[in-house]
Amino acid sequence: MALSITPGEKYGFFTDTSICIGCKACEVACKEWNGLQSDNTVFLADSFDNTGALDAQHWRHVKFIEQVADAPTSVGNGQAWLMMSDVCKHCEHASCMQVCPTGAIIRTEFDSVFIQQDVCNGCRNCISACPYSVIGFSSASGTAHKCTLCYDRLQNNMMPACAQACPTQSIQFGKVDDLRAVAAKRLDAVQAGGAKNAQLYGADDSVYGGLNAFFLLMDKPEAYALPNASNSVLPGRNNLFGYLAALVTAALAVIAGLVALRRRTEPRPAPAAPVTPDEPAEAPDSAERPPAEEPAPARGESRRRRRSS
Amino acid sequence: MPLPLLAEHFARPPDWGVWILLYFFFAGLAGGAYVIATLVRLRGGDGPVARTGYLLAFPCVLLCPIFLTVDLGQPLRFWHMMVNTSPGGLGLNFNTATPMSLGVWALLVFGFFTFVSFLAELGLLPFLRAGVALGTLFALVGSIFGLFIAGYTGVLLSVSNQPVWSDSPVLGGLFLASGMSGAAAAIWLLGGRRGPVAAGDFEGLEVAAAYFAVLELLLLLVFFITVAIAGSLGTALRLPWTLLWLLALIGMVLPLAGLGRRGVAVDRGGAAVLTGNATLVSVVVLVGVLALRAAVIGSAQ
Repeated sequence: MALSITPGEKYGFFTDTSICIGCKACEVACKEWNGLQSDNTVFLADSFDNTGALDAQHWRHVKFIEQVADAPTSVGNGQAWLMMSDVCKHCEHASCMQVCPTGAIIRTEFDSVFIQQDVCNGCRNCISACPYSVIGFSSASGTAHKCTLCYDRLQNNMMPACAQACPTQSIQFGKVDDLRAVAAKRLDAVQAGGAKNAQLYGADDSVYGGLNAFFLLMDKPEAYALPNASNSVLPGRNNLFGYLAALVTAALAVIAGLVALRRRTEPRPAPAAPVTPDEPAEAPDSAERPPAEEPAPARGESRRRRRSS
Repeated sequence: MPLPLLAEHFARPPDWGVWILLYFFFAGLAGGAYVIATLVRLRGGDGPVARTGYLLAFPCVLLCPIFLTVDLGQPLRFWHMMVNTSPGGLGLNFNTATPMSLGVWALLVFGFFTFVSFLAELGLLPFLRAGVALGTLFALVGSIFGLFIAGYTGVLLSVSNQPVWSDSPVLGGLFLASGMSGAAAAIWLLGGRRGPVAAGDFEGLEVAAAYFAVLELLLLLVFFITVAIAGSLGTALRLPWTLLWLLALIGMVLPLAGLGRRGVAVDRGGAAVLTGNATLVSVVVLVGVLALRAAVIGSAQ
């Protein structure tokens, strides 16, 4: 049945990590469809991970988190080896959008966050702002890159490549409201199965106003290197106090300058005994200085005087 | 036991390197030099300090957009900072939420002020020369932008989700105070060699430099306290950045050690000349200003 994707509706992913098997089909499908460069595969000594992180060439990345329990756990608790297919969250309150100075990062008609490649100038401010380490800089294009939610596929009523390729339906694509309903039911089922730490991440507005790509996690967000609700802060939080601190400093510096730089009208001393350039004589205190004749003009001043006359 | 993190971030570093460091350095010098020159004129001074400040500010500003542009991934799109090239979005970019956008415009405006003041100092614009009301007003407005340019770079770092940078709101103030210190040192170095001058001109600059250094030290202390509370002090102080923090600290302490002492001597013609000690202090202060920015930029990445 053909998928119908309507502009104006919110679309996103629900990634259920409880059924992710770490096959990386999502990574491969993403690379294939989006024409991303292949890797020089290296041994990272990090479980089954051989791609490292999300960046300009990896818009999907499967995290492998090994947790060896101190005590025996019940069957199905699923905490010994966590897997999570990570992706851009397409945040409702997107840090990258907030700080982009060129307007290259926009929200599309599908409510996804999209970097316009022909507008981005590679300042990398978005990279310093994204709290999920999603955006990467490509030295080949000189611009920032990240998941587009397969914008071109959505425009053609096709679901994103990663969701289509996922063999376990760990990655589900659809309208965000529909996905939230699915996720709530799934959470109930997983918790009923004994995984008491299971929780939804980004399904409500507690994290960056809600994530269009949200997750069912088997442990707390920090275990997956995700900021929790209390840490989900926007870069703009520092604007007010940052400028305020600068303003107070500016006021103090100006006052200090006005006090220190007042005109010192004391006359220059009369020519002293000859000194060598290597042994300059100390200037006497102003109170000790004898009155002098008209001070010599600074360089350039004599020129100005000549012009004015 | 490490302190709990106030805000745990997982942001990737933007790889801002030497070009951004140089931009921050020269922006601080330009803003500081212009403001010091204006303050000297406001207090009735018309010697080499003010003149050197105005003559220094413009070349420093001139370097800034070059460094910024070279750092971009797409240097030929530098103008995208100012003009919205999104389809259907033609107009000017002015994003008040990010200091980067405000800074670009402020740099443009400040560039104009420094250029005009530069010409005025060369005697090409007599209606703006020292002592003319219009010139004073012009310099005052320009100084507002100068203060912004000297300080906003720190705010720019704070407005991010990077550890260290975003953990302290005082970076803007710290960079501003540091820019003023650096500018005082640079004026000292350059202006002191332009004699013959009145030694009194430089006495005021020496005192001002000490005040700026006190301000800097206080803000550095607040910076470390806030970063420690956020739990990222270890990141800020790791090697090799510790050495740069030390250099920065030395650059702040040395002007204080010279407070109340003369760094200017008088030669046989009655002109002021820098003592070797004063020259050394000025160089160390400038190195400290650079080291401070390098430590802040580098330690978080």
